[in-house]
Amino acid sequence: MSFFTEIGRYIIFMSFVFKRPDRRKVFYKMLMREMNLIGIDSLLVVVLIAIITGAVTTVQTASQLTADTGFLPPNLFPLELVGSVVGSSSILELAPTITCLILAGKVGASIASEVGNMRITEQIDAYEVLGINSVGFITLPKILAGIIVIPCLIIISNFLLIFGGLLAAKLTGVMTLEQYINGLRSSFVSHYVEVMLIKAFVFAFIITSLSAFQGYYTKGGALEVGEAGTKAVTRICVTILAFDLIIAKLFL
Amino acid sequence: MIRLEDINKNFNEKSVLKGISAEFLPGVINLIIGASGGGKSVLVKSMVGLEVPDSGKVFFNDLDFHNLDYSKKQSLRKEIGMLFQGTALFDSLTVEENVEFPLLMFSNYTKEERLDKVNSCLAKVNLVNVNKKFHSEISGGMKKRVGIARAIVMDINYLFCDEPNSGLDPLTARIIDELLKEITQESHITTIINSHDMKTVKDIGEHIFFMYQGQKWWEGSRENLPMGQESNPELNAFVKASF
Repeated sequence: MSFFTEIGRYIIFMSFVFKRPDRRKVFYKMLMREMNLIGIDSLLVVVLIAIITGAVTTVQTASQLTADTGFLPPNLFPLELVGSVVGSSSILELAPTITCLILAGKVGASIASEVGNMRITEQIDAYEVLGINSVGFITLPKILAGIIVIPCLIIISNFLLIFGGLLAAKLTGVMTLEQYINGLRSSFVSHYVEVMLIKAFVFAFIITSLSAFQGYYTKGGALEVGEAGTKAVTRICVTILAFDLIIAKLFL
Repeated sequence: MIRLEDINKNFNEKSVLKGISAEFLPGVINLIIGASGGGKSVLVKSMVGLEVPDSGKVFFNDLDFHNLDYSKKQSLRKEIGMLFQGTALFDSLTVEENVEFPLLMFSNYTKEERLDKVNSCLAKVNLVNVNKKFHSEISGGMKKRVGIARAIVMDINYLFCDEPNSGLDPLTARIIDELLKEITQESHITTIINSHDMKTVKDIGEHIFFMYQGQKWWEGSRENLPMGQESNPELNAFVKASF
């Protein structure tokens, strides 16, 4: 299927998503369930990866800045620069992009498989026969839950990335805590936080909507459900990186 | 009553339904029989709106289903119940929640009233003490019965069943057949069952449609089925192969 046909199908799919839910009480219950699945269930992996990435970034940046490459004299740059690099790159790139690429694998694959399974077991047909807008009923709670919860995960991840760097600085002794914190403070730009939040909302929408779309049009059996999950993750990752560039170009 | 007028449906230029016209009466079991790939499922899906025919009309008591506006179509859909081949129970919900679901979405009953209705439907299909179980915790026959309970909980006028006996042992299959017959006669609803189980035809079939290669090949009552006669070789072959 061509790229443009797929885009067209996605737009038609999305036009059915944003319709008033049939029953608010049922919708609210589904929203809570999705927030739990997307948010709470992803918290541990986000925490672990953020701390480790922050630590690795600190150690590697310190190593690069102090390395004798023969081109520049070693120790040319102050070690405060490490805190500055870790802080800025955490806010701008590592927290939103790395977290969302991880969530693409975890949440995206899970939504695509869940919706795909609903398709092949005729649960979606059952909604339609009952007169329920199945696209909106299934997808809207997932998208809203993602838009609410994923930015929160990204904010948590941001703090933990910086904390991971701090921990690495302390444990490995590559620099003093004072140097790290001074570097962080000196380079803080509040606009970067706005860019991070824009990325968070856009990426959350991409993860939830693309994965539900991929699952909704699954045909066949268990094999195709697996394929839908894989396709969803691949497409979400590529789309996130494309929008990462677009947002960076537009807002920085 | 459901009336079909010259229904045609193609998939990728392959003709799946060819000019089907028929009438399905209330209070009797209407059976659509035929070999796999004969167009039975597509016909039923066209009647409930899961497929849109390329041409032709589906009337529910003179309401042209596919040409109704959205709100009228949605309101008519609330009169339709369907038992799917794989039961299509919502796997994140318990048995009770599955049966309650249509009421929760489309009625203004209180929680107590909904539970009363759910329990009476579950009792009607002879299911007790399974309210809090998930569909993965119950047997195939029980799943079918939960599917029937969910289909009838809304006081429907039309019941569609896609292969209600598939994957069931003969004894459970007969229980399901009897249940469908009972519900149809008690509630005087229009029941359309899509099946290739000749035992179902023999036991509960009242008005039978035989489909062959996308066409309505034969129509009549169970008593008029040409058992062993050579006048209709396609139907005769199907009947013979079933025994």
